[in-house]
Amino acid sequence: MGFRTPLYTAHERLNAKVVPFGGWDMPLHYGSQLEEHHAVRRDAGMFDVSHMQPLDVTGTDAKAFLQYLLANDVAKLKTPGKALYSCMLNERGGVVDDLICYYLGPDRYRPVVNAATADKDIAWMKQHAEGFSISLDRRDDLAMIAVQGPNARAKADPLLPDALRSQAMELKPFFAAEAGSWLVGRTGYTGEDGFEIMLPVARVGALWQELIDAGVRPCGLGARDTLRLEAGMNLYGQDMDEDTGPLESGLGWTIAWEPAERAFIGREALEARRDAADLQAFVGLLLTGRGVLRSHQTVLVDGQPVGEITSGGFSPTLERSIGLARVRHGIGDTCAVEIRGKPVDARVVKPPFVRYGKARIEL
Amino acid sequence: MGNPGPTHTEKTTMSNIPADLKYTASHEWIKDNGDGTATVGISEHAQEALGDLVFVELPEIGKQLAANDACAVVESVKAASDIYSPVAGEVVAANQTLEDAPETINSDAYGEGWIFKLKLADGADLDGLLDAAAYEQVLADEA
Repeated sequence: MGFRTPLYTAHERLNAKVVPFGGWDMPLHYGSQLEEHHAVRRDAGMFDVSHMQPLDVTGTDAKAFLQYLLANDVAKLKTPGKALYSCMLNERGGVVDDLICYYLGPDRYRPVVNAATADKDIAWMKQHAEGFSISLDRRDDLAMIAVQGPNARAKADPLLPDALRSQAMELKPFFAAEAGSWLVGRTGYTGEDGFEIMLPVARVGALWQELIDAGVRPCGLGARDTLRLEAGMNLYGQDMDEDTGPLESGLGWTIAWEPAERAFIGREALEARRDAADLQAFVGLLLTGRGVLRSHQTVLVDGQPVGEITSGGFSPTLERSIGLARVRHGIGDTCAVEIRGKPVDARVVKPPFVRYGKARIEL
Repeated sequence: MGNPGPTHTEKTTMSNIPADLKYTASHEWIKDNGDGTATVGISEHAQEALGDLVFVELPEIGKQLAANDACAVVESVKAASDIYSPVAGEVVAANQTLEDAPETINSDAYGEGWIFKLKLADGADLDGLLDAAAYEQVLADEA
């Protein structure tokens, strides 16, 4: 048996199909993954993401520490509430984890890391905290719900505490508002508008039920995966890992190269790779033949292997199969993917595939 | 059929298992049509475990199959699974409607969601398969 979030019994009551995920027992779906996916694209859905690990990094060296720890630069976060996405790299330029880091105020940051990697991440952070005057605290007192979809904010806002209500509606993308232990960010992992809400564990059951009553559909990890894939967002452990860094995973945009004098873990390795002739490209694929793209399938050009699918699946919005792939640089506009021993035609496209309910690629 | 997916950690609800069909431990059903042919599909339990189906690869008409040959593929939002022929025979029909509407298997696994029909090499082969009670026991053991 895995860990259970504070919403576990709520999931059981909703007849969730529960599966092990990163050490946790989490809902895969509540009946139909496809309907849950469409609810997020067309209306409003919600995910229990309480398995993810919020951390508090505080102290006079909090900023300097995170500038050293992360490939993106928290110095960009000048207004309290602003968040940024970053990779946390090892010395080889591989990815220890990816995370969102909220700037809460002077000397206060809130990185949120993946569930499966949380213990490893914390050990890594502690290992590199030497010489920095910081505190690192697990916020196990917090639960987290992601409410996503075109109507998500309007449905969720009236249910927020007085201090956050209305204020949350004014948030710009990638900004958050804090009140007591609540933190509401206009962030997500679906390619739709919405909130990610951190709140005290004792309050999460009530909010979950109020969101259901407001017409927000509970969605499982299955829909979360197809939504993020359509949105062209990477999944840690699948699209990048400790051996495959941001430059080869479509995450070059998250590396803050300037200022050049900022030393961060992995910088030297990335600089050495940056202009390498054999640097692989990270592309989107649209399957034009019949079948479904899956991770680890081989990408072919002229019958020769040129790379591999890192994430693949069926896109419920496009009703086609799509994937992310790491391939040799400059393969052109078309390729094939080996599915059960046979080459199936695919087109090379630029992710995202879908944003804000609309196709972003030509079918 | 291959691995129908991650294990339930909740209790599995008892699936619908029609008494007039035969079954395999890999979750196919087969129906004796009484004319030397039989119809094959996947069980209610299998479609439930797979989740929403999005793709079906059908066997070619005329193909000769031995028992347990992988002959078709169903893919859900989650994973691909092979379908194995429960007995030997020749493929005489494949349910083309599944190519455009694979979700038919989810909505009607034992009816409109049939996958292919076989001309049986030997009708007696069906006797060696699981009856409803035996298949129910397979599900109980898996749960």
